[in-house]
Amino acid sequence: MPSTKRDYSLVGPETQRAYEKGLVSASWYASPIPRPRMKELMRRKDGPAIRDTLLWFALIVASGATACLTWGTWWCVPAFFVYGTLYGSTSDSRWHECGHRTAFKTVWMNDVVYYIASFMVLREATAWRWSHTRHHTDTIIVGRDPEIAVPRPPNLFAVCLKFFALPGGLRELAKIFRHCFGRLNAVEADYIPESERPRVFLEARVYVAIYAATIACAVATRSILPLMLVGLPSFYGAWLMVVFGLTQHAGLAEDVLDHRLNCRTVYMTPVFRYLYWNMNYHIEHHMFPLVPYHALPSLHEALKADMPPAYRGLWETYREIIPTLLRQSKDPAYYVKRPLPTHMALQGGMA
Amino acid sequence: MSTGWILACKTDDVGAEDVFRFDHDERTFAIYRTADDKFFATEGLCTHGKVHLAQGFVMDTIIECPKHNGRFDFATGEAKGAPACINLKTYSVKVEAGQVFILLD
Repeated sequence: MPSTKRDYSLVGPETQRAYEKGLVSASWYASPIPRPRMKELMRRKDGPAIRDTLLWFALIVASGATACLTWGTWWCVPAFFVYGTLYGSTSDSRWHECGHRTAFKTVWMNDVVYYIASFMVLREATAWRWSHTRHHTDTIIVGRDPEIAVPRPPNLFAVCLKFFALPGGLRELAKIFRHCFGRLNAVEADYIPESERPRVFLEARVYVAIYAATIACAVATRSILPLMLVGLPSFYGAWLMVVFGLTQHAGLAEDVLDHRLNCRTVYMTPVFRYLYWNMNYHIEHHMFPLVPYHALPSLHEALKADMPPAYRGLWETYREIIPTLLRQSKDPAYYVKRPLPTHMALQGGMA
Repeated sequence: MSTGWILACKTDDVGAEDVFRFDHDERTFAIYRTADDKFFATEGLCTHGKVHLAQGFVMDTIIECPKHNGRFDFATGEAKGAPACINLKTYSVKVEAGQVFILLD
């Protein structure tokens, strides 16, 4: 592992190195699990996601309405805190699950929630679908994965800014405007196929139209309130997305072909698991992305004998992540080595 | 490379609403069985990520790729959802005496 700063772009020397080392589109380790059990776990349902989504929309509308009714008083601060967190953070997991089209059994339901959540989390729906596809092909492979959240050595100030979607949110806005004019950069062109690009440009124009209408509304009413409801929550509400999201891969190994070494599974409370749609079972999700979020706890139970020990909550996880990032800022070659089981406790096979 | 009707598997090798991998002459195929006991065959690798579809998930006549969730209608081969953009090649299938044959060209 090189000890100097690496190039995390998708069109730099690390890309060629990843190819040379056989890390691109490679075969990944999969824990054995009997096919009949896996079929049960992959089974799709509409019920859990409809229930969870109706509750999610109700919470967003209720907190947004409370924020509007208390606008001008201090009571609007906690109301916007809740509204912004639901809008700017919990949309991330809805974006993610519906992007995989596993949350609902019915395809159009996945797509509707995916487009809404994409806008809320300030991601262009089609462009990010392809980015996330690459993330699953080459998870934490330097030079290939466009979604490595904390490149080494970590810029600790930049990590802190992530809690307000900075500067990433501003970069996304710049990308949206660029796409609005029909332009991709070299990195985007590396993972977005030609056939999908017209859709990327159309979606960017829709986003710009919505933002323009919101700004016009703010100007007409001489109030920032419309922007507090649409647009700005993607920034002031992003903090919980980062709290959850950093647990996925930060500080773990790069350039390995085993998700048990570069992903974390973290036990969370039922409320957090609702807000995060069970993405805390992240090793299991990466290993078997066909399994819907509502079946991930069962998948975890089926596989845990072949997994490193799960982290017992966010406190234990951040007791590892924070010292690791501090150390990596001085020693970029350092990473957390996850212990793997020394024997196979499961029989049968799908791998 | 052999052509014509080739024995792929027994009907019992493929569960209801499931998929089975069949390798032949350095080629790989996916044999599908629907919930109402109809059999279909396609090329075995996803046209997007070259992953074996036999590890995927069957719903009605849809096969979902195990790696990136790309979808195909295995009855027609049509790509039904990103990142699957290129159709699958399909093969004719016949079932005789509990055995599944596919027609290779």
